[in-house]
Amino acid sequence: MFGSQSSLVMYDEEYQQIVDLAEKLLREANSKAVFLVDRNGQLMAATGETEHLDTTSLASLTAGNIAATGGLAKLIGEKEFSILFHEGEKDNIHISIVADRVILVVIFDHRSSLGLVRLRVKKASDALGDLFEELARKSSTVGTRGGPKNPFAEITDDDIDNLFR
Amino acid sequence: MSFINYASREINCKIVYYGPGLCGKTTNLQTIYGRTAPESRGKMISLATETERTLFFDFLPLALGDIRGFKTRFHLYTVPGQVFYDASRKLILKGVDGVVFVADCQEERLDANIESMENLKDNLEEHGYQLENLPFVIQYNKVDLPNLSPMEELQSFLNPRSVPEFKACALTGEGVFETLKAVAKLILVELKKGAG
Ligand SMILES: Nc1nc2c(ncn2[C@@H]2O[C@H](COP(=O)(O)OP(=O)(O)OP(=O)(O)O)[C@@H](O)[C@H]2O)c(=O)[nH]1
Ligand SMILES: [Mg+2]
Repeated sequence: MFGSQSSLVMYDEEYQQIVDLAEKLLREANSKAVFLVDRNGQLMAATGETEHLDTTSLASLTAGNIAATGGLAKLIGEKEFSILFHEGEKDNIHISIVADRVILVVIFDHRSSLGLVRLRVKKASDALGDLFEELARKSSTVGTRGGPKNPFAEITDDDIDNLFR
Repeated sequence: MSFINYASREINCKIVYYGPGLCGKTTNLQTIYGRTAPESRGKMISLATETERTLFFDFLPLALGDIRGFKTRFHLYTVPGQVFYDASRKLILKGVDGVVFVADCQEERLDANIESMENLKDNLEEHGYQLENLPFVIQYNKVDLPNLSPMEELQSFLNPRSVPEFKACALTGEGVFETLKAVAKLILVELKKGAG
């Protein structure tokens, strides 16, 4: 997803900016929770009322959902459905793809509306897109001179064995 | 594709269990779930038909421990083995870090094993991956049953490159953790290499 390197990487600096943008969206869209998930189902950031939610499962199912509808889109000759919306009795889920890379999930109830969420998501997506661009650039320099250090460069067989004790 | 998060000091890796219908992929995850301490595992999600066949995927997140201060998590997925779910199988392979091929050792499933292995290679190639370049292990499952293919035959068809292989009975748990541990190890070694 992030170019040709094998790992997706997140740093403190960008993480904080992503969380700030997510919180801004949370407020401006009057929503309950906002999540960012990578396309492979890994949670990148979560904000709002998340304490009663199984965020790991949510991330994996969201990615599955996007993957399945992406497959459907291709079947009918569309590139992708860039927005998915699921309406519930109380809560609704708005799912969109940011900069072709990351899935943005907004959960909201009657205190907000689909129109408002759509509008705010659109605005937030541009800013998030720029950030992910920067992150992709930075993670392609991991391990190179001047780039950040990969924590796995120095792991030993013992470190690995210890995981399974 | 692994996800290294410096902000939360976590690393996540994706492992996919592949193999023919009814070979025991879901049973592997159920056994792992059942024998892992509650604090080390998340919820297991199974998107299955009414007859308990996998429809889209099973998902089990595991947190095994720390390496150099990084929480190391593995996300385990199974694919649906039935032939006609090929589109879904392809989707699940996206971003995979390591593959476990679960073979069904019963004689009458030999062809299904071979077909599934070919299908795995094809689907990986569609994502631009090569099986040879991925952490990969093979599990020979259902060794408790009486009508087994000879081991040499299974090996010659399924494991010509001699990747790590394990006999298993996913129902009783024999070989299940050995398999998981082997693929997890290969993934971490790969990460280390990638760290350059
Ligand atoms: N005897 C025996 N039965 C097994 C073993 N492992 C799994 N089974 C049984 O085989 C059947 C199918 O197992 P599943 O784990 O659902 O198979 P699967 O590979 O997930 O199948 P799909 O979801 O259709 O791809 C179940 O009835 C299991 O109880 C084993 O080691 N020995
Ligand atoms: Mg299954």
